[in-house]
Amino acid sequence: MGHSFLRKSLAVAAAVGILTGAASAQTIKIGVVNTFSGPQASFGEMIDRAFRLYIKLNSDKLPPGVKIEIINRDDGGANPDKAKQLAQELIVRDKIDFLSGITFTPNGMAIAPIATQAKMPTVLVNAGTSVVVTRSPYYVRTSFTIFQHCVPLGTWAAKSLKKTFILVSDYAPGHDCEEAYSSSYKPAGGEIVGVIRAPVATADFAPFLQRVKDAKPDALMVFLPAGRTATAMMKSFVDLGLKSSGIKLIGTGDIAPEEELPNMGDEAIGTISMFHYSAAGDRPANKAFVAAWRKEYGEKATPNFAAASSWDGMAMMFDAIIKQNGKLNPDKSIEIMSHFKTDNSPRGTIYIDPETRDIVQNEYLRETRRVNGELQNVEIETAAVAIKDPWQAMQKAKK
Amino acid sequence: MQAFASSLVSVLFHGIAYGMILYVISVGLSVTMGLMGFVNLAHGVFAMAGGLLLSTAMAKYAVPFPLALLLAFVVVALGSVVLERLLYSKLYSAGELAQVLFTMGLIFISIAIARQLYGTQAAPVFLPDYLKGQINILGRDFPAFRVVLIFISAIIVVTLWFGVERTRWGAMVRAAVDNRDMAQSVGINTNRLFMVTFALGSGLAGLGGALGSDILPVQSTYPLENLVYFMIVVAVGGLGSLSGPFIAALMIGIADTATKYWFPELGAFLIYAATIGLLLWRPQGLFGVRS
Repeated sequence: MGHSFLRKSLAVAAAVGILTGAASAQTIKIGVVNTFSGPQASFGEMIDRAFRLYIKLNSDKLPPGVKIEIINRDDGGANPDKAKQLAQELIVRDKIDFLSGITFTPNGMAIAPIATQAKMPTVLVNAGTSVVVTRSPYYVRTSFTIFQHCVPLGTWAAKSLKKTFILVSDYAPGHDCEEAYSSSYKPAGGEIVGVIRAPVATADFAPFLQRVKDAKPDALMVFLPAGRTATAMMKSFVDLGLKSSGIKLIGTGDIAPEEELPNMGDEAIGTISMFHYSAAGDRPANKAFVAAWRKEYGEKATPNFAAASSWDGMAMMFDAIIKQNGKLNPDKSIEIMSHFKTDNSPRGTIYIDPETRDIVQNEYLRETRRVNGELQNVEIETAAVAIKDPWQAMQKAKK
Repeated sequence: MQAFASSLVSVLFHGIAYGMILYVISVGLSVTMGLMGFVNLAHGVFAMAGGLLLSTAMAKYAVPFPLALLLAFVVVALGSVVLERLLYSKLYSAGELAQVLFTMGLIFISIAIARQLYGTQAAPVFLPDYLKGQINILGRDFPAFRVVLIFISAIIVVTLWFGVERTRWGAMVRAAVDNRDMAQSVGINTNRLFMVTFALGSGLAGLGGALGSDILPVQSTYPLENLVYFMIVVAVGGLGSLSGPFIAALMIGIADTATKYWFPELGAFLIYAATIGLLLWRPQGLFGVRS
């Protein structure tokens, strides 16, 4: 009897050993094509930090034995060939289960055929040109589209600001914003008194802004890539006396990014921006998010919109993993992610439109103010509730 | 008509401000290239260093703005001497290709270091209150800081001309630019002369980078992004000359501003077309001593 008991317990132990061994061997790999070098390197850090923080705080929710591994690759900026090659390597050599990152639209365009061919569920956490998500049935976007910001901005501006001068960067997202703003502003009775498309590499905005000042509009609507150009523009806007002459500065959140506000100083106060995320948002989910971020990365660190999109993107991948109990099927993953919905995003309630695989979210009207000594984009109004990408709707209307 | 006159004044004003900054940064490059035939593409590194020094001194140590400018000049000038003795002097007799590769390498190293220390955002420069706002001149408002910037640059330009045209040191520099071997054989220590000139040129770049941080925001890729403009100033103005780059810098500043104001879509393009045309016409530049 002793013998058979021993044998049985050994067998059980062995079986358990095999089972747990099998389970702990299951690592789900997420390949990330991201931007860690070049002028836009701050994106890389935001996205990576958000991914890692989400995994750290939520890994207990995964099916037992499942582990997540992040494999980062650096595309160095808007660099389609490089991004395509990196995505290919991640899929073929590293055998990833999800692809994510995709900071820039051109990179997303280049990767799309590969994602389709490899049936690779891909989560876009930053690229914001409307068309990119349509390029592969395996693309899901958690970030935003330029039209989502600029259409409600035009609607809002038409109420009190009758004449607008438009200043945009001369590249696709800039043209998008110009078109989107005009599409809602003009029918509502607004007049566009001038348009300048400035080269993307513009360092000194004084000549452009001088022309705006001479045109005496009620508002200056600006779209620039987030980052250092915004500060230069803001300083010239004040130095040339546009602010003191009563011209209202409005735009997307890119003209007053959280991480740039300390560099802008009081010049930024009063700026109106339309955006899907502000670290100052007073939703409980956002407060928890910002608090967790600061606990992990230091009191002075502040998450931005790319961090919020990446946080939600990781939550979406977790959802797909949990619902399939770790046994992933690409088509099933896309199906689950296309129906993703949460009320606990730092941005409020968000969901994916199953038809377009694109993000549906609120747009907030914010004003830059100094609160407790710190410059913040205070959300003063929810300008659009659960807005779908207006560009997609316009395309449908054209057909 | 009045509107046109008014926009013309704006264009000239901003163009001159931009041109002045380009000149203060680039003049050292023109002189060192003319003097030693050394192709120092990394000249913009000194301008970036000046801007970063100013930002750090003001933001972290509350150094007043004028003192921070002076600090940028002195520290960059001294730092460049160390680099000159340790690295540059090894390549004086090397070919132009080696010099270009070496200085490109320096640019990339400096970009990486700047990114490590300062991140990817532009270094913040908070001007003192007396430099903010507008100054009213003859019934028109001009941004105060740019007025001051033109004024300080003008003082630097005049001092520099006086130094080169009227002092013994200036005579030696001019002699060495014209004919280095001859200058050496009449007893001028051209090595030391070059070191001092190099330090002065780099120091001016540092000062220009600091002073111009409002027009050319200082961030890690600065030396690479602005390299083309510095090179155009030197190539169009002519090597080894003081007045050539000055005229060239003002022309670039005003032309760039004018195209941005009147034809923003062409702004990035016209300046290069003009440069190509001018160099086809005069390959040695407008006032070049050497081609």
